[in-house]
Amino acid sequence: MSDVLLQVRDLHVSYGSIHAIKGISFDVRRNEIVSLIGANGAGKTTTLRAISGLAGFKGSIRLDNHDLSQIPPDKRVKLGLAQSPEGRGVFPQMSVLENLEMGAYSRSDRDGIEKDLRRCYEMFPRLKERRSQMAGTLSGGEQQMLAISRALMSRPKLLLLDEPSLGLAPLIVAQIFEIIKQVHSEGMTILLVEQNARMALKAADRAYVLETGKIVLDGRGQDLLDNDEVRRSYLGI
Amino acid sequence: MQDFLQHVINGLSLGSIYALIALGYTMVYGILQMINFAHSDVYMVGAFASYYAAKWLGIENQPGLMTLATLLVVSMLVCSLLGLTIERLAYRPLRKAPKLNILITAIGVSLFLEYTGQIVFGADPKVFPEVVNDMVLADFGRLQLKSSDITVLIVSLISMVALQFLIHRTKVGRAMRAVSQNAAVAAMLGVNTDRIIAFTFVVGSSLAGVGSVLVGMKYPKIEPLMGMMIGLKAFVAAVLGGIGNITGAVLGGLIMGLSEEMVVAYLSSTYRDALAFGLLILILLFRPAGLLGRYQMEKV
Ligand SMILES: Nc1ncnc2c1ncn2[C@@H]1O[C@H](COP(=O)(O)OP(=O)(O)OP(=O)(O)O)[C@@H](O)[C@H]1O
Ligand SMILES: [Mg+2]
Repeated sequence: MSDVLLQVRDLHVSYGSIHAIKGISFDVRRNEIVSLIGANGAGKTTTLRAISGLAGFKGSIRLDNHDLSQIPPDKRVKLGLAQSPEGRGVFPQMSVLENLEMGAYSRSDRDGIEKDLRRCYEMFPRLKERRSQMAGTLSGGEQQMLAISRALMSRPKLLLLDEPSLGLAPLIVAQIFEIIKQVHSEGMTILLVEQNARMALKAADRAYVLETGKIVLDGRGQDLLDNDEVRRSYLGI
Repeated sequence: MQDFLQHVINGLSLGSIYALIALGYTMVYGILQMINFAHSDVYMVGAFASYYAAKWLGIENQPGLMTLATLLVVSMLVCSLLGLTIERLAYRPLRKAPKLNILITAIGVSLFLEYTGQIVFGADPKVFPEVVNDMVLADFGRLQLKSSDITVLIVSLISMVALQFLIHRTKVGRAMRAVSQNAAVAAMLGVNTDRIIAFTFVVGSSLAGVGSVLVGMKYPKIEPLMGMMIGLKAFVAAVLGGIGNITGAVLGGLIMGLSEEMVVAYLSSTYRDALAFGLLILILLFRPAGLLGRYQMEKV
């Protein structure tokens, strides 16, 4: 079992004539939190879309030593990939419980699913209270919790989080990051995409800085927090 | 009063047929945001499939439950297969194309089926097999419960309850709703969206198959263009209820059937078909999202 869970090499993604990702390479090792930070339009979401199979790409993406290039999105879940997408992507007209059940769609072990549901409700009592409420009526923070728990319901090896702090009040953002740390402490490997550089760098073991489709910096989260360039461009200091 | 009740029963029976067909339009719209114009022709092929199956099995003059069941199964199977084929050959290759291309393709498929139908089945009307014994089950003077109307109501009710169960109580039904609400996220969670879309065509088409047997039973003249008018009315019913909304399609179908019956009874049968267009204009003017149309709630 190799140490590297996700290996991305020379990744290119284009939307028609727009070259959004211009040859980036990075790794996520087991049990790490790796952050990918960058401004609007840097290509963070596009990178995740390539990983989860919603965007075609050139180059190589390997998950747990499987080459993902020919694998359709639904099969990647079985290989251990799960994502909380940008804007949460909860199914608005399905109940909280049904959203969570959709997270377990690729599984058929009823007992295991039941157990994970109970664990999820323990972790998020708020979701338990609202389990029969339509997901579209939840608050932004609750929807984010739901999106993360839904992703966890597939028992992934790698959790992709796309801007979990987007549009949330600072207090809620802090809560969400607590949750991320807790999930990580239970052994989950996480690739975190964020515009909120401060939070993302603090939480990360390692981080990459993405600028218009290229990685311009990488290093330990703490080191990047101290980096002058990062402080000027992303932390506003 | 009894007259009125009789019209209500007739209207409900006609309306549930519209509803069955409207469901196919609305389900496909819900999942692909396209209007499957070929749906009404799938319905027509279902009627002919029953016609030939009954001939081949020699049961065209043996009305009864057995015949009803046989024809329903045949028609549902043939319609499912046809719907599946249309989706696979005509619509799936255009999944990423602009919506207009798919719409035009749907019209093309519809015309193709109508003209092929005229070549293969002949343009002259055929007489649909006898499905149930035509009799009056209960007679209250001017209010009569006819076996055909009761059959229509019972079969439609069973179909709709089964559909409701499928969509709300099964894993595949949950996946159908997920794909219609957010296909990209559904795929990300492990749903094979192509397969769910194909399955939606199967379900919608088999409901059209049920509808074709019920119509054949009530109005036993079938011909290759029989889908046009009823398809149009069912489509209006779907829009009236709020296209994409399952309950809306049933509601729209019933309103359509009832108002058609009332217009014919109390105004003039000349307005029978004009009603559909009138309703369409009214909805588009005053409530374009339909009665139960959903206004998406989204949080940024
Ligand atoms: N579907 C699309 N079609 C065309 N161009 C796209 C599409 N999606 C993204 N892009 C372009 O690709 C580039 C990268 O976009 P992406 O969404 O990956 O950025 P991002 O880093 O996630 O930004 P944000 O922080 O605003 O979410 C942008 O220039 C964007 O305009
Ligand atoms: Mg983004």
